[in-house]
Amino acid sequence: MSSLPGRRTRHSPPETSGLSSEAREELRRRLQGLIEDNRVMIFSKSYCPHSKRVKELFSSLGVEYNILELDQVDDGANVQEVLSEITNQRTVPNIFVNKVHMGGCDRTFKAHQSGLLQKLLQKESTYDYDLIVIGGGSGGLACAQEAAILGKKVMVLDFVVPTPQGTSWGLGGTCVNVGCIPKKLMHQAALLGQALRDSRKFGWEYNQQVKHNWEIMTEAIQNHIGSLNWSYGLSLKEKSVTYVNSYGEFVEHHKIKATNRKGQETYYTAAKFVIATGARPRYLEIQGDKEYCITSDDLFSLPYCPGKTLVVGASYVALECAGFLAGVGLDVTVMVRSILLRGFDQEMAEKVGSYMEQHGVKFLRKFVPVMVQKLEKGSPGKLKVVAKSTQEPETIEGVYNTVLLAIGRESSTRKIGLEKIGVKISEKSGKIPVNDIEQTNVPYVYAVGDVLDGKLELTPVAIQAGKLLARRLFGGRSEKCNYINVPTTVFTPLEYGCCGLSEEKAIEIYKKENLEVYHTLFWPLEWTIAGRENNTCYAKIICNKVDNNRVIGLHILGPNAGEVTQGFAAAMKCGITKQLLDDTIGIHPTCGEVFTTLEITKASGLDITQKGC
Amino acid sequence: MAATAVLAALRGFFGRFRWRPQAPALAGGVRGAARSAAAGRPDYDLLVIGGGSGGLACAKEAAQLGKKVAVVDYVEPSPRGTRWGVGGTCVNVGCIPKKLMHHAALLGGMIRDAPLYGWGVPQQVPHDWSKMAEAVQNYVKSLNWGHRVQLQERKVSYFNMKASFVDEHVVRGVTKGGKETLLSAKHIVIATGGRPRYPTEIEGALEHGITSDDIFWLKESPGKTLVVGGSYVALECAGFLTGLGLDTTVMIRSIPLRGFDQQMSALVTDYMASHGTRFLRGCTVVSVKRLLDSQLQVTWKDLASGQEGMDTFNTVLWAVGRVAETRNLDLEKAGVNTNPKSKKILVDAREATSVPHIYAIGDTAEGRPELTPTAIMAGRLLAQRLCGQSKDLMDYDNVPTTVFTPLEYGCVGLSEEAAVARHGADHVEVYHAYYKPLEFTVAERDASQCYIKMVCLRKPPKPVLGLHFLGPNAGEVTQGFALGIKCGASYAQVMRTVGIHPTCAEEVTKLRITKRSGMDPTVTGC
Repeated sequence: MSSLPGRRTRHSPPETSGLSSEAREELRRRLQGLIEDNRVMIFSKSYCPHSKRVKELFSSLGVEYNILELDQVDDGANVQEVLSEITNQRTVPNIFVNKVHMGGCDRTFKAHQSGLLQKLLQKESTYDYDLIVIGGGSGGLACAQEAAILGKKVMVLDFVVPTPQGTSWGLGGTCVNVGCIPKKLMHQAALLGQALRDSRKFGWEYNQQVKHNWEIMTEAIQNHIGSLNWSYGLSLKEKSVTYVNSYGEFVEHHKIKATNRKGQETYYTAAKFVIATGARPRYLEIQGDKEYCITSDDLFSLPYCPGKTLVVGASYVALECAGFLAGVGLDVTVMVRSILLRGFDQEMAEKVGSYMEQHGVKFLRKFVPVMVQKLEKGSPGKLKVVAKSTQEPETIEGVYNTVLLAIGRESSTRKIGLEKIGVKISEKSGKIPVNDIEQTNVPYVYAVGDVLDGKLELTPVAIQAGKLLARRLFGGRSEKCNYINVPTTVFTPLEYGCCGLSEEKAIEIYKKENLEVYHTLFWPLEWTIAGRENNTCYAKIICNKVDNNRVIGLHILGPNAGEVTQGFAAAMKCGITKQLLDDTIGIHPTCGEVFTTLEITKASGLDITQKGC
Repeated sequence: MAATAVLAALRGFFGRFRWRPQAPALAGGVRGAARSAAAGRPDYDLLVIGGGSGGLACAKEAAQLGKKVAVVDYVEPSPRGTRWGVGGTCVNVGCIPKKLMHHAALLGGMIRDAPLYGWGVPQQVPHDWSKMAEAVQNYVKSLNWGHRVQLQERKVSYFNMKASFVDEHVVRGVTKGGKETLLSAKHIVIATGGRPRYPTEIEGALEHGITSDDIFWLKESPGKTLVVGGSYVALECAGFLTGLGLDTTVMIRSIPLRGFDQQMSALVTDYMASHGTRFLRGCTVVSVKRLLDSQLQVTWKDLASGQEGMDTFNTVLWAVGRVAETRNLDLEKAGVNTNPKSKKILVDAREATSVPHIYAIGDTAEGRPELTPTAIMAGRLLAQRLCGQSKDLMDYDNVPTTVFTPLEYGCVGLSEEAAVARHGADHVEVYHAYYKPLEFTVAERDASQCYIKMVCLRKPPKPVLGLHFLGPNAGEVTQGFALGIKCGASYAQVMRTVGIHPTCAEEVTKLRITKRSGMDPTVTGC
């Protein structure tokens, strides 16, 4: 096709035809946010004399106002278009006072003369609270406290629905009560078991067979959690956040019903809401699962040793629990439907699994339970599990003391009245879609943490998102939560830390030919004397060859992987390259130094095993 | 090579290996190498004196790049008669045995933690030094072996001889038996490292004291020990000795960990003191005498009061600094200049000495950090430059390191003092926090000294000048951040890094309190 210079062939609608419906919706939300968040909001153009008069009026009244100068932002024309849809007014200045559309310059001055403006300005928030946070977990508490620090009136509604086994807990959410904290402590207990075995090789002398006592461990851990619950409560009090131990449910716009343990109902209103209700373990929906099985919600406070345990699932929760249970000396089997650690680098995931297998955890791959029956009562009792193969018509049976389900988590979003105010959730997962400022489709309702659709289920992410959200809402800040290059660590017996992309994901995004993977096996110094296996710990980095060998994925399997990974994650924020890794001097002798001496590429096929002595 | 002689299997191998690259020695012990040098054809492209971390790295890299390389290496026995194999200080009497004994001590702590985590461990678990020492020593010997194999694989000639310069291209090697060999080379790298200093001015110091050259090779427990010195070697040794259940005293004349951040140093010693190490500050040893029951009677003087003190010990360990091993090299015959005070060799940015084709790396070079990984990297880069593979110079800035005291101290970049001295107090912002490692809670451990500080420039974007971390696994924590600081990370970038929960390292990403604010940096709540 020939065309004259300077004349473009049009395949798509001209740019001036405006926004896509999605972008329009997004912009509308943003504008409504501005209108809601500011006592006085002026949409203006910097050169407009009328706008100037209005600004002078508010200044003379000593009233703070926020301005958006349409001529100074890239999408000013679009803003004007959407504003005219909202207000039926196309001109600027376009003024809102306490969320009420005032009109333009003349109407504002008229309102000033009639006293209406003063009345509107005096009308402080008509709501009970500036912010109500639903959910007292990591994200919710972080957001609530930050908002309170910024001088806002904040309430936290928090209520733990007991598990089918009747387990319940205090303030702080999953991480503190039934997640990271007790998990890491039980992992530590298991590591100490390993340390005890190692210590004999290092000259410590004791002969007796060392046994583990579940009750002592669990009580100590629960005591620590109790102190955390208490300190969270104290911290809310110190910051003057109102804490209500009730179940929150939206009943109408800006209004929520709080039901306490006794069934008493109270209603509260707020200008803004943050949903941070998190998620709870999923059940299989098979015969006997809710009656006889436990989940991670129950395990950490289990008053008796679980005994011979079947862990169903291959999530990180499943593998971590299986790992420490085996580590404290229990007979543990993991039943896996398909792959280990979905979403994680699969080479690493398999290595995590194979280390566990070598250390006594049994794996039943490609099976799913179909029925759980009680054989004997007791603490623990005896359960019969029937499982079927996912590939063949084969069925197997096994007898266990405890069956722990760890097959994923379900967002707690379906019974909090979101439909009453029109907050959209993903039908399938129950998760809440939000934009890049954690705003739902209802402009005054936000969400953080595990309820978010397509975001990471990690405590520090929720905390950061919650804090930044409060600062944007009430602190005049604009920094958004960045969900990229978030490091994490799976606390399996051999810990797995990672930051950035898995190899699979990297190949999918950048294509294999553009990547270079450097890797090595390594033998931690402390393992040598302990007589622990060589060629088990493993490190790899994935580099983008066409971008100066930039490191886009970093993975380590070894002791203290969490401690090792953190600093590298900070470095990845600065965009590290392979060259910079090579230029960095190691700290000798550590595991972390392995990343400074990576030489062998996967593509080379060279041997990465470490020679013994 | 007495240490390696223990391994009978090695003996035959060494015997064969030692002479292979050389024609049979002449009766006088001096070969005709010098003649070929005089004729303009040196025996080797590169001769490395010293078989430690730096020397071996340099030799192997050069050999890999096709050069004809020799290593001349000899361990002068310590005054106590301790000797060891190839690999230098780090492998034999430094990082490796130190970290292993440190780990043994940490395991002792874990045994004490274990009952609180539900393990039925006896309350008092004794430690068997001999068993640990044997395991550590065997591992070190396996590393010696590994180094020998690597040299052989890369076709590096190895001479177990004491080296000294004949002239600027010729080095004389003398075996233990007194046989001499002359070796000539185009380039010579001096990597002879350093050895512990004996305070010979103190009565009985040399006769009765040991140093870090001996402690790792003791077959029997050192028993009640006096460690003299405030160096990291002193504190690390005292730390693991205490941890293994020995009665341990550290005597420091002035300050601990000179050159390190002094606030951190104080916390390191506070932790040790609260975990059973006795400290005698501001004291110097006057004399060491052997009593009839073979105990050592140490007399010291308190510098402030002038009063004398006395106690008996089973072992006195000197850790009062190290001396570069340059005195027997006859450097003047080659014209290589040293710092008359430190005896270290003066080098430029290319590691070249006053003689352009003679270089010095590692602990023996003036002004270089005495650290294995820096020596290794310097050695490799030097070899690459000598072989025309690269022009990259070694960057000695922002070298991270970790002191493996009972509570480990990792750092990279500037100390607070150095930052203030360089930039002025008004231009430096220090963020800091005390924290409690999660594992300490159930273990009921005291976390009073778990502390982090980050030293930044005050002016945005607040680049990080130094990071100091005191806590478990400090080495592992520090490594990645060292990279970040090398990339010029700013305070904001570190804060924007999402933490890994629950770890100690994540505390670094949560530093909000500035020293300037005067706010309380201690742990609030749990």
